[in-house]
Amino acid sequence: MSEPTTDHRAAGVAALAPTRRLGEMRHLGLLVALAILVVVGLVTRPENFATTSNLVSILSLAATIGVITVGATFVIIGGGIDLSVGAVMALASVWATTLATQSYGPWVMAICAILVGTGAGLVSGWLIAYGRLVPFIATLAMLVAARGLAQRMSDRRTQLVQPDNAALVELSTTRVLGVPLLVYIFALVVALGWVVLNRTTFGRRTYAVGGNPEAARLAGIDVRRHTMLLYALSGLCCGIAAILIMARTTTGSSTHGDLYELDAIAAVIIGGTLLTGGRGTIIGSILGLLIFTLITNLFILNGLDTSDQLIAKGLIIVVAVLLQRRNLKERAP
Amino acid sequence: MSENVARRGFLVGGLGGAALLAAGCTSNEPAAAPSSAAAAPAPAASGNDQPGTKVTIGFSAPAADHGWIAAIAKNAEATAKQYSDIDFKPVEPTNDINQQISAVESLIAQKVNALVILPNDGQQLNQVALQATEAGIPVINLDRVFPDKLAYRTWIGGDNYGMGVAAGHFIGKQLKDKGVSNPVIVEIQGIATLPLTQDRSKGFADALKTYGFSVTAKQDAKFTVETGNQVATSLLQAHKKIDAMWNHDDDQGVGVLAAIKEAGRDEFVMVGGAGSLNAMKEIQSGTSVLKATVTYSPTMASSAIRLARLVAQGKGMSDLVENSVPQSITLASETITKDNVEKYLELGFES
Repeated sequence: MSEPTTDHRAAGVAALAPTRRLGEMRHLGLLVALAILVVVGLVTRPENFATTSNLVSILSLAATIGVITVGATFVIIGGGIDLSVGAVMALASVWATTLATQSYGPWVMAICAILVGTGAGLVSGWLIAYGRLVPFIATLAMLVAARGLAQRMSDRRTQLVQPDNAALVELSTTRVLGVPLLVYIFALVVALGWVVLNRTTFGRRTYAVGGNPEAARLAGIDVRRHTMLLYALSGLCCGIAAILIMARTTTGSSTHGDLYELDAIAAVIIGGTLLTGGRGTIIGSILGLLIFTLITNLFILNGLDTSDQLIAKGLIIVVAVLLQRRNLKERAP
Repeated sequence: MSENVARRGFLVGGLGGAALLAAGCTSNEPAAAPSSAAAAPAPAASGNDQPGTKVTIGFSAPAADHGWIAAIAKNAEATAKQYSDIDFKPVEPTNDINQQISAVESLIAQKVNALVILPNDGQQLNQVALQATEAGIPVINLDRVFPDKLAYRTWIGGDNYGMGVAAGHFIGKQLKDKGVSNPVIVEIQGIATLPLTQDRSKGFADALKTYGFSVTAKQDAKFTVETGNQVATSLLQAHKKIDAMWNHDDDQGVGVLAAIKEAGRDEFVMVGGAGSLNAMKEIQSGTSVLKATVTYSPTMASSAIRLARLVAQGKGMSDLVENSVPQSITLASETITKDNVEKYLELGFES
């Protein structure tokens, strides 16, 4: 943030400076945690862990939820929460794989997924911004309704991507430099998310709206419109994630994305974003997500029980939040 | 697109055929394809299918968000429609135990003549089944068993242990024939906490043991396509060379197969579980790693409706000498391979 611009003069600047320093510190902690997990991997499974194919497989696993996490980071920095991400992704995947849509080819399916995701996000955003619903309630309603609609549309069946639309599946099977296309899409979404959050007015407004909505309003930001757009952005990410999950599983299904909201929120929190809004980074969220994915990978490589994996994840969330609180206290006036 | 429609039409035809078979083929309807006769038991000799006393049969099952469960509900309904003397009363399917209990309570209040219940969890629905029995309504317990024998008149269900045994024998024999020693055998379970999953794994391990083999690694997916895909992706990383894989469930198997294709692996034989149409088509193609699937057939719902009718009408099963319906019936798990897939195709259910 070089030159302060009108819209974040009031709210943004004050919040930003300490955040960035804090962010760096937390990133250090996350990197250390990642490094520890990598060492564990190297020690326990030397022959499997550090192979290209395993790393690619970790990234492929992380891609779907990673795209959703980018959207969730925006919403949470903006002071909101989106509980509907998993359900919206499921709805988008089901809508895209219905027979009608499939007969128009993979591009229409992909665009359809994106439109449905963005549309659902707009609805939640409108309810929150103009309908004055609490984000928790509005997106909870969306979670339930989107899941129900997905079940209705699919008749609760798993819908296979038809051979005519194999191009969609090829996002997962086609590799460039040994890496599946969907990982590039994930990387692109992360990069775009980072640019939008750190280098554009939209990003600065997001911090301002999350940090102090009243001050942001006084600074001339249309807080309501911005809030609505944040949820639309989250929905857009769910639409993209739906494309990735169709590619990976070759299906659209109302069961996709179950509990993704929790994984995404957990990744964002571990990444150092405050649930109260105004602070946070994309990089932190992605590191948080990679920690989760790496744990899953290590558990499966070592043939450990998945129940213990949940315990490990729970512990990590608690430790991450405790560390954040300590950092904040040290910096409190 | 057209293929999909054809598939659906085919499925409906298949289910209808299955229902007809289940109905015993004694009516004047033109019989279903003769080739399928082997897949279903021969029609009863006596007049059990002749219309009798009108009976109301209540039906409650989990929500159909899984191909197998969906087939259960469809089969039950299709069979009930075959009988003019059955008044079929299904309640809204749900995965919420609390809701299923009230649904069953409402059926008890309506004083139905018999209940067919596939509980979300046998332990947790036991109490309400007991209430039904005490109210004089015979309960046909479908698949997931109530722990209390006082809670049901008859149990009919699949053999989870037998599924494991069937999969174990298929894999054991294949590997023995190839002369493999010390094979890497991987198992992808359903929901690990369910007794049915533990039974499947135990049967698998026991059967493999007779060949001197054991399971190298097992992980649980959660019966969904997505979790199957995730778990398989990582398992394939963990084991650079696999000799055999057993995936407990064909619905999650769609995701497992996608992961295998993505990884470009084909060095092993895979066995599925339950007998979905997708799985059968993969097996039929001959080009897939999926070489077999072991049945856990949702046709059991058709049988359960028939049993409920017989119990409510006070009849027995005409192939047996007994005067009344047996207390428990365990279906055998059959192994579907390329050689016999033809005769199972029309019993397959869509994921």
